[in-house]
Order: sequence, then structure tokens, then C-alpha cells
Amino acid sequence: MKRLITLVVNKKACEIAVEPNRTVAQVLREDLGLLGTKIGCGMGDCGACTVLLDGRPVNSCLVLAVQVNGREIETIEGVSNGKDLHPVQKAFVEHGAIQCGFCTPGMVLSAKTLLEKNSSPSEPEIRKALSGNLCRCTGYQKIVEAVRQAAEMMKK
Amino acid sequence: MNKYSIINTRLPRVDARAKATGAARYTDDLSMTGMLYGALLQSPVAHARIKNIDTSRAKKLPGVKDVATAQEAGAVRFGVSPARYDETIFCIDKVRYIGDEIAAVAAESLESALEAASMIDVEYEELPAVLDPFEAIREGAQVIHSDYPNNIGAEVHQEFGNVEEAFKTCDYIRTDKFVNKKQDGAFLEPQACLAVYDPDEGLTLHSSTQAPHYVQRTLAMVLGLPIGKVRVVKPYVGGGFGPKASASTLELTACLMAMRTGRPVKMTFTREQVFWHSRARHQFFHELTTGVKKDGTLVALKNTCYLDGGAYSSFGIATVYYAGSLLGAPYKLPNMKYDGYRVYTNKPANGAQRGHGGVAARAAWEQQLDVIAQELGMDPIEFRLRNIMQRGDVTCNDFNMSSLGMKECLEAVRDGSQWEKKKGKLPRGKGIGVACGFFVSGAGFPIYRSETFHSTAMVKLSEDGGTVNLYTPAAEIGQGSDTILTQIAAEALGVRYGDVKIASGDTDFGVDLGAYSSRQTLMSGHAVKQAAEEAKRQVLEVLSEQLGIQADEMDIRDGLVLFKGDGVDFSALRSNYIKEHRGWTDPPTGDRLTFVEAARMAYLARGTIVGRGAYKPGELGGKYKGAAVGTSPAYGCSAQVVEVTVDMETGQVTVDRMTDAHDCGFAINRTNVEGQMQGSLSMGLGEALFEEIKFDGKGRVANPTLGEYRIPTCLDMPNVETIIIESDEPNGPFGAKEVGEGAIMPTIPAILNAVYDATGVRISELPVTSERVFNALKAKKQQ
Repeated sequence: MKRLITLVVNKKACEIAVEPNRTVAQVLREDLGLLGTKIGCGMGDCGACTVLLDGRPVNSCLVLAVQVNGREIETIEGVSNGKDLHPVQKAFVEHGAIQCGFCTPGMVLSAKTLLEKNSSPSEPEIRKALSGNLCRCTGYQKIVEAVRQAAEMMKK
Repeated sequence: MNKYSIINTRLPRVDARAKATGAARYTDDLSMTGMLYGALLQSPVAHARIKNIDTSRAKKLPGVKDVATAQEAGAVRFGVSPARYDETIFCIDKVRYIGDEIAAVAAESLESALEAASMIDVEYEELPAVLDPFEAIREGAQVIHSDYPNNIGAEVHQEFGNVEEAFKTCDYIRTDKFVNKKQDGAFLEPQACLAVYDPDEGLTLHSSTQAPHYVQRTLAMVLGLPIGKVRVVKPYVGGGFGPKASASTLELTACLMAMRTGRPVKMTFTREQVFWHSRARHQFFHELTTGVKKDGTLVALKNTCYLDGGAYSSFGIATVYYAGSLLGAPYKLPNMKYDGYRVYTNKPANGAQRGHGGVAARAAWEQQLDVIAQELGMDPIEFRLRNIMQRGDVTCNDFNMSSLGMKECLEAVRDGSQWEKKKGKLPRGKGIGVACGFFVSGAGFPIYRSETFHSTAMVKLSEDGGTVNLYTPAAEIGQGSDTILTQIAAEALGVRYGDVKIASGDTDFGVDLGAYSSRQTLMSGHAVKQAAEEAKRQVLEVLSEQLGIQADEMDIRDGLVLFKGDGVDFSALRSNYIKEHRGWTDPPTGDRLTFVEAARMAYLARGTIVGRGAYKPGELGGKYKGAAVGTSPAYGCSAQVVEVTVDMETGQVTVDRMTDAHDCGFAINRTNVEGQMQGSLSMGLGEALFEEIKFDGKGRVANPTLGEYRIPTCLDMPNVETIIIESDEPNGPFGAKEVGEGAIMPTIPAILNAVYDATGVRISELPVTSERVFNALKAKKQQ
């Protein structure tokens, strides 16, 4: 039986009726049309579906939609203000941190969370913060460089 | 002034913004009104005869619109190489691996489709499963395909020079064995497709594929449609690395059910299905014998290889050739013999993966060369330099190294890693190793025999003059071809980067064989360059007519027309343009004639300006059987130095530092070249240290998740020093050649050689787990 949940997604209040077995990833993609959240494994291994739940990164494929009743979610679509890119996105674009792009939304959200907590992370801190997001294309180096660059941009 | 404005730069990717904001659409993001969801029924047993299939229960489930088995799908065979078509959409009489496709359902929801698939009753008569390739070739082994009674699907026997005679002249000969493990592509986006059928328009398939052209041909052939009625469109693709380079049952099934129901059908693999479908790196069992002279001159190589092929051929006929032909170079080697056997087993089919066919061979040989250098008392770099090929050299199997910065690569990593300060001077548990490699810049021949162009392209100037539309059927799969081709078009035409709008990956745009064998920068690049130059020529011709200046007295660059002579009066042309432009917002000003004005004039004079390009390789070397696999218009090459720390108590290997030099001919985009190098090293590091598809005793993949099948994370990869070498390839557009696959070649052996340097033990079986190193250290102590 469907349950009615209310939540805030990208600063906008939503009310949705969901089956209790549906995940946040499914609801974001299929009910709310927020297709930037990617599903790479459906088991919490790859991090492509990372979204921020009350400001903390979670694998949205592992969270049931009914669990987020009354809570706040930020997806990749909420990161830029529509016109200007967030510094993390800007740095990813400029530093070649993107190849196939399938891991990018999750990477950007993990990196953004790190920089909000720690404005000058060391390289090991950056690598640790991104270690739950798999990337098969880049070898991670340009992603790490982009996060460092974003930290600089955010200080200015 | 630089020779070029747009290429050899670090411009950001054309798709970076869309991907950074989540706006980029991949196949599974697409949906259509009335769309059905498809699900497959796949075999739970590795080898069995199908006695009966009963779909009656499944058909009765509410929401089910179609149930298809071989009865509905027919028996047309397909595969990759026409010489080895050994697949049908659904199994007909037998299942051959756990995951083999038996039937499919299309339903109003994915849940109904999955439930209905589970309600199809199949009666199996189990047969002994043949899981080991050496068991498979034994007399009396269970036969997997009746056409191949000894279970050998393909074999290769080649000899160049005379190896046995040459060995007689050698001072030192040694034989080593080496084995890797079956790898997974582990691209982040599971395969997905969406099929749409309209009786008038025909079939359109949106698919996560590396090769729209081959998929189009396969769909037409298997489903019995005219090829002109089949269109394949590739949205953004989340990585491929080889396994997405051929048509699959997923794609054929979605199309079949869309045709049968008249409704769009979407199908997406789960991660587990990606592992079952596989088509990734084979397991190779190599035995190599190499002979040298005392002074370090390489004389002869004998290579025998058995490949565990899995249940179907896939790319295997090419793989078994590559496992031989990608040795020899980049060293001068006059005698080479190869015997290769690809063996069917009841496991997921293996196919192509980055460094197709050559990665395990390269690992085996470069480690053996290290041993030989040591036996001869030579430094491994000095030994390699002694034998190195250079520009213009031709291998014994007739590969023409029309450019080759191999020596430069090796010297660059030697100096970049401070090799001379470290080699032989590091403490126990620390080690340094080196290796080299090379790879094709595109297969010299298409997969099917044909005189077809390998790449076509079209450049259309918008009628207002302001935009350049580039249409290319080439496949952007994450590697960056859209960016590279946009840069090439802008440079060749003389416009700004942002003036070119690319549309790609659609069979309606022409023929491009796709993203495999590291071919698109060279081949699609040639076609795009030609198309852009043809459009430019037409614009200059019109200008020439209108200004009375010879076309060769003018050029276009950075969006401006350049005149060689002084005082050219183009005021009449400009006022004409401004008259045309009334009410528009950006009238041209300044003392230079713009491309926009010129292109508008060209349109007014001649109608829409279209430039066309088409490329196929010229005459390539090799007249022997199998010469088609390995001959290429150009070869990229690379050298790497790796430094490791090995925990001498536990055997745990940590890669501390990698120095990589790659000769890509000419870097169209330097950031992208580095990205390909770093990504290749990451995949190589994973295969070297922990990637391994494991099977249980019944042939089931035991670790079909990205948690249990480990690929490198951010914490496993060190920073890589990337050195770009540019050798100016005469057969490449602007001198460019490959980087996407060649860069993986030296990674595994450089790690193995570093592990030896740190520990004194040689590991000849991948992956180099701590257990394997620990046991080798223990065995050495006991000696």
C-alpha cells in the first residue's frame, strides 16, 4: 500500500505517495524526474547514486523513500543555482575530472560535503572523502586535483 | 603565433558542463509514453539441454504484453566476426553458461516483467559443465558447440623468420609461464537500451553501445529488416572499455518485443547481469620462450597461449590473434612464432577489453625480459634501449612503425622517475620496475569484410553563418571523442571552439565503425578534418569570387578571415551582410572580416554549405593469414616506471608512484591524453593487484558485485606523473594517434618488476595478492 511522504528536495517541498519498497534513488528518478542521480549497482557499492540527506552523503539506492519522510534531500540538480556552476562543478569541468560522467554527480556531492566541513583538506582527506565513489575512467587524479582547486576557489 | 589555436590545448570537454550538472542523459534516463519494461530469463545452470519451455503461466500474469522464446525469436545466428557467428537471440536447444538467455518478457512495469520471467517453466537435462579450458580440450570432454568437437573455437599458428634455427644461435634462452584472471569491464553504467518500432519509420534503438554501426547491421540481419529501416542512436555512455563494442541479446530482445507489441521497450542490466554477460578480458595461459645474445640482442620468441573463451566467441577470434601479434614490437625481433588456441568453456563469454588481447602477453613478456636483463647483468632500461625500434622500423609481422617515440618514452620515464638513483639502491621491501608496450591506432580492417569507409563525417554551416554543425556517427563513450572531433573541426575550419556544435553517435549520420581498437582520434579525426576543410574551401571560393582575390591568398582562423595581401576592401560584402542582418543583434564591427559574414555570403551564393569527409586506411602491410589483426595505420607506444612498497611480513603491495610516458603522435587535447593515461594505469593496477572474476564449482560467478569484485578506489591509486611524447604520426590527422589503450600495456609488468625488485620473488599469476606474495616469500625462505 502506498504511503504519503513529505520531504524537501533541492529546497522545494514535495508530497509523494510511494510504495514502501521503493528506494530514494527510484523515487528521485522515476517520480520526480531528477535523472542526474545515477544507479550503477543498486547495492551501495559504487556511490553513483550519492545524494545528500540532511546534508550528509548517502547511497540513495540503499535508503527507502519512506525513511526520508520529513527530511531534506539535495541532488546534483540542486547544486548549481541554474546559471552559475558551483565551484566544485566548475573545477571538475576545468580540470578534466570528468570522462564518462556517470560517477560525476555522486563525486560532486561527496566533494561538496567535504569542502563544506573542511575548507583546506589535505590530499589524504580528499581521497578518503571520495573513497566511496567509484570511477573507472579517470584514475581519480584529476578529480582530486579538481577538489583541491575548488577548495581554493571557495576561499576567495 | 602558435601554429594552432584550438588543438594541442587544454580546452574543457564539450560535454563537461552537462555531466557536472546531471543534465547529461544516458540510455536508462530515457522513457517514452506507452513504454514497456523488459526482463530476461537467464539460465541457472552452466550446461544443459532444454527439454521444454512452458510460458503459459507467465503469459497470464496481468500487465504482461509479450513473452518471447527462441520460437518467436528465430534461429538467425550472430556474433562479432561473421566467421564465428555462434549466438542466437535465445538459446534453442542448449544453455551454455549461467546467465545464458532463454526467454524475455515485456510488461507494463518492471516488477511484472520480472515476476513473469520467473514464472516461465524450463525443463533442463543437465550436462557436465566444462569449466577448465585444459579439461575442455581433453579427448572425450563434453562438447559445448557441435561445430567445434574439440572445444577449440579458434586457433592461430604463425611463424615469422625461423624460431628453432634462431634459438641455435642464442647464448641464453629461457621459458616462463604466466596466467592472468578473467577481468570485468566494470564501467559504471550498466548496459541499457530502449527500442521503438514504427511500421512506417522502422526500428530505432537507443543503446549504451560503443559501436552503433555494428549494432545496426546485426539488428537488421537478425530481425530481418532492411538496414535503412534500422537506426541506432547512442545517448551519453557511462564507459565501455570493450564489452559494449558488439550487439547483444539485450538489444535484440528489446527490438524484437518492440516490433511484436508495437510499443517502446526498455531494458537495463542489473550489475549482476553485467558480470554474467561479461564479454570482457579473457583469461590467458601463456608460455613464452625467448632467446638472446650475450650482448643483449633479442633473437627469437616462441609464444604459446591458451585462452579461456567462455561459452561464445564474441571478439575472441580477434583476441586470439592479438595475444600473439602484439608481442615483438616495440623491440627489434627478427624471429617470432605463435600458437594460440581459444577454448570454449561453460562460463560467461569473454571478449575485448582495453588493450585487447595484448595485456597478459605483455605482462608475461616484459617480466621475462626483466629476468633476462638480470641474467645478462644488464640494467633493464639499457637492455630495452639496446633493442628498441624507431620511426620507420617494420616488425617481423609487418607492422610499420610510421612514427614511434618509444626510445623517447623510455628515456623520459628513466629521467622522470630518477631511475638511476633508485634502481638497485632501495631498501628491502621497496622496489622499482619498468616496462614498455605499444598498441594499434585503429584496426586496419572492419570486422566484416568490406571496402567500407571506416569513418564518415559531415560539416554543415548554419545558413546565418554563425554556427558550424558537425555530424559524426563516431561514439563518445566517455573517452572524449566529441571533444577531440569538435577541436579538429574548429581548427581545420578556422573557427572558435564554441562555434562548433557536435551531434554524434547516430547511424543516420553515416558510417563510423565505433569506439574500439583506439581508432576514433585517427580515423574519425581524419574524416572530420576533411569535412571541415571542404566546407572551408567552399567559403573561400565564394569570397574569392566576390572579392576578386585568389583563394590561396586567404585563410580563416579564430573565426576571422585572414588576407595575405594588404588593403583588401570588403566593405561591399559587409554592407550586404548587415542588410541581410537587419533586426539581428550582433552586427559585425571591427576591421576584420569575420567567418560569420563569409559563411553567410557563401550560403547566399550557393545554398547550404556542406563539407563531407570519409576515411579508410591505405594499403597496410602483411599478406599472411591473420594479418588483419594488428595491422594499423599507426601505433602508439608507452613506457612506465612503477615504485612499490611490499610489506615483507604480509606480502601486501602498495603502489607508491607511477611515471608514465606515452607517444600519442600529437596531443589534440593534452588534458584528455593525460586522462586516458591515468585511467589506463588505474585499470592496469586493478588487474595487477586485485581484480579477478571468481567462479564456484558449478560455473556461477561468485563475486558479481562491485563490492566483491574490487576495482581501484581513490585510496588505491597513487598520483601518476604523465609525460606526453609527440612523434608526429604521418598517417594521423595533425600527426595524432592513439592513447586510450596503449597506455595500459606496461602497467602490470612494471608493477611485477617492481615487486621483484622489492622482494626478490617473481609472481607469475595475477592478481598479485598479499597471499600470493606471502607464499612466494615463504617458499623462497625455505629454499
